[in-house]
Amino acid sequence: MAMTFCKVLLYILLAPILGGLMEGIDRVVSARMQGRQGPPLMQPFYDVYKLLAKQTTVVNSIQILFVIAYLIFTVFTGALFFGGGDMLLVFFALSMSEVMMVLAAYSTNGPYSALGANRELLQMMCYEPMILLVAIGFYEAGGSFMVNDLVNVESPAVFKIPGMLIGFLFILTIKFRKSPFDMSTSHHAHQEMVKGLTSDISGSNLALYEIAEWYDEVLMMGIVAMFFITKNPISIVVAIVCCIIFYLMETLIDNIFPRVKYIVMLVSSWVVILVTAGTNLLILSVIN
Amino acid sequence: MTITIPIAVEFLIIFPFVMAVLMFCIKKASLLRNIIAGLGGFSIMAMAIWVGVQVLSKAGSTKNTYITNAETYDHIIMGGEILLMCIVIFLSIKYKKYYAILLSLIGTIPVLWMDLTGKAITGKSHLRVDYLSAVMILIVGIVGILICIYACGYMKDYHNHHVEVEDRSNYFLALLFVFIGAMFGLISSDNLGWVYFFWEITSVCSFLLIGYTRTEEAVNNSFRALWMNLLGGCGVGFGLMYCNMQLGIANLSQLTQIIPRTNMLVMIPVTLFAFAALTKSAQFPFSRWLLGAMVAPTPSSALLHSATMVKIGVYMLIRLSPMLAGTFTGIMITVIGGFTFFAASLLAITVSDGKKVLAYSTISNLGLITACAGTGTTEGVWAATMLILFHAVSKSLLFQTVGDIENCMHSRDIEDMHGLIIKLPRLAFIMIIGICGMFMAPFGMLVSKWAALKSFVDSNSVWLVLFLVFGSGSTLFYWAKWLGKICTVIHQSYELEDITPRSEMISLFPLTVMIIVMCFAFPWMSNNMIQPVLNEAFYKKIPNVIGGSDVVIMMIMVAMIFIIPIGSRILSIGKKSKMTMSYVAGVNAGDDRHYIDSFGKSRPLYMSNWYMTEYFGEDKLLAPCIVISAIIVIIMLIIVIGGSI
Repeated sequence: MAMTFCKVLLYILLAPILGGLMEGIDRVVSARMQGRQGPPLMQPFYDVYKLLAKQTTVVNSIQILFVIAYLIFTVFTGALFFGGGDMLLVFFALSMSEVMMVLAAYSTNGPYSALGANRELLQMMCYEPMILLVAIGFYEAGGSFMVNDLVNVESPAVFKIPGMLIGFLFILTIKFRKSPFDMSTSHHAHQEMVKGLTSDISGSNLALYEIAEWYDEVLMMGIVAMFFITKNPISIVVAIVCCIIFYLMETLIDNIFPRVKYIVMLVSSWVVILVTAGTNLLILSVIN
Repeated sequence: MTITIPIAVEFLIIFPFVMAVLMFCIKKASLLRNIIAGLGGFSIMAMAIWVGVQVLSKAGSTKNTYITNAETYDHIIMGGEILLMCIVIFLSIKYKKYYAILLSLIGTIPVLWMDLTGKAITGKSHLRVDYLSAVMILIVGIVGILICIYACGYMKDYHNHHVEVEDRSNYFLALLFVFIGAMFGLISSDNLGWVYFFWEITSVCSFLLIGYTRTEEAVNNSFRALWMNLLGGCGVGFGLMYCNMQLGIANLSQLTQIIPRTNMLVMIPVTLFAFAALTKSAQFPFSRWLLGAMVAPTPSSALLHSATMVKIGVYMLIRLSPMLAGTFTGIMITVIGGFTFFAASLLAITVSDGKKVLAYSTISNLGLITACAGTGTTEGVWAATMLILFHAVSKSLLFQTVGDIENCMHSRDIEDMHGLIIKLPRLAFIMIIGICGMFMAPFGMLVSKWAALKSFVDSNSVWLVLFLVFGSGSTLFYWAKWLGKICTVIHQSYELEDITPRSEMISLFPLTVMIIVMCFAFPWMSNNMIQPVLNEAFYKKIPNVIGGSDVVIMMIMVAMIFIIPIGSRILSIGKKSKMTMSYVAGVNAGDDRHYIDSFGKSRPLYMSNWYMTEYFGEDKLLAPCIVISAIIVIIMLIIVIGGSI
């Protein structure tokens, strides 16, 4: 119990630092790929610090409520995961937090926000099946839905569910809103609809959103790490190395692909999920 | 005289018919009618709750089977069957839809012949009230009666708005009560002949309700509902005859006690009943009758979609569920259910008519229940029963709210619900709770979906898992965009007059409270309502399906959902922030609903939701879905019946 509490506390304290650093690395690496100097590593923290100090302007009074709910539920989701909870519950909580963010955008009645909200919902529709399948894949591989049991297995899950990992990395691009799937909102300047989802969110409100994103990124990388972690402590090092590689891969993909149309995203993600995760599941069920 | 359970059950079956006669006699909407409907309705509800509590509070297996003086009742039922057949024949001739006569004759005449020639077996008991019946009695008694009470107020408003429709509200209300009576009869009958009779009443009743407005569309839709349900009725009729004449079984409970592998012939009636269940539960390929049913006034949609009609089919499947485990029929039923869940949720994305979205979501959810029941596992039945409970309450609430919104705004289109939270805050809040109940994380539906997923994974049905995960994605999409529309806050928008009468709030308010209470009470419900059903259905003690730390976490989530809005109100978060207009690239024209175009003119601005009709539209997806599922159904019937013979 105390152990779980410690893990959750560590997550709540360290995740924003780690998430901010990850975003900083992403920015620096991106800049180098484009032949620019780029911002300093700590730039995301400076940004959020500045946003927090600014006056918040809101479009309506319930907008901030949804953003706070988004942050709280994201933290809750991550706490559930790093506390060793049930994978399916983690993902249900995750989709709830996402819906909160979409509602925040919807509530503003702004054209850019509304379009961003619709696109974000579509993105959720694209990655939701894969996220549930990952939980099922872990269950088939490790025999449990509990994260605590899944990290204490003999051989890494990736040996049994490599298809799931590929599918998950694919939808990770959608989840992180990286190009070519950065539809609802983008960190690139060439976004055609301002900031989409976050157009009408400003000041400390936007800072809360950014912090929630950091928590979310750490959670997602935690799930990637799950594929590699076993009883053996060395596996943690392997997992961290793999996470770094995959994260940098996302940055690379972000920089080399142009944005696609939404239907391309829907069809390609569902096909990829079916082919990788679906086949993987089929093979597992035949073996079992 | 002390009330015993058999007397109470007879009261539940007979009294709604008495109420129907009373309702039919009071022609005009009046206070008297509301009072009589309220008194009668609440006494039925009280009795249903009493029966439910009595049965559920008995520990261990219930042996509530009753031998009633069957002779008189059998005569009444035979007469009733002939009456139903005559009604169908008369209306079919009137509207020149002769195919319905054929189906009615095929279904009824052989059964009558069997009864009259004495070939029917007389079973030990005719009524049986076990745990599953008790749960269903609670649903029908509470949700069904609330809809009847809602209907009294609604029909008055409805005829104020629709002057072109002849006011036959007495007839409408009478039909609703007949429906309730038939439902009680069906769920507490053990005699297959009686099941068949009540089955046919609900078919004919829904047909009459759908055709209420007598417009061409209504007539066509009602006949579509009629032929599909009569076809299912034929399935029940033939299954009943086969049981009586070949297997020597008169009761449903006898049938479900046979282990299928000892006698493959048993699967014939099981398959026929399952087929009938598919038609009643509006699974593909029989979904179109339920979509057509929304032409009728809202209370009938609410009744058909939530507590009664469609629940008969899944009730039947849950009864048969232990027989279906590992059989070919079971596999086919789960495939149809899973397919329906996925396809209907895609179709729900493409429509903007609020009632139609609800209709597709009903079909989709019933597909999930069907799939769960078809697996024949304990978790499957747990999830199916839980889904029935939550779906009945949430869906009836949503239908009633859409009906009220339509009465207030004269539109039930989701696009017109833009900014509902400002226009009609009270109804909007009720609707938000209803929608959250349908798909959000800590609410019951999702908990059940979670159990369903576990049961599919455990039963190793990969296709079902895939249907479920992809279906969940699209389900999320169509509910969340509706929720978003409601939550949009528009500047300089004013509250509309909320003309919802008090009689309707009597129904809306308890349902809303029920959803919230059920969220907190579901572990208790699982232990005291669902677990006994499982123990009884599978004849052994079943370990707890859900429990431990997960329940605690879900309780935390439910609590958070309610604490965050309340907390922020108390802390007055966001009150100090500066208000501004939403961002329109700097060309706002004074509010957030207009912008200045390149000619300097102010133009209205409106953001519609996505419907993606060009990809998933009804014209593209509906026909292939029906064809595919029809092929699956035909294959199932041919292989099981042909194979056994």
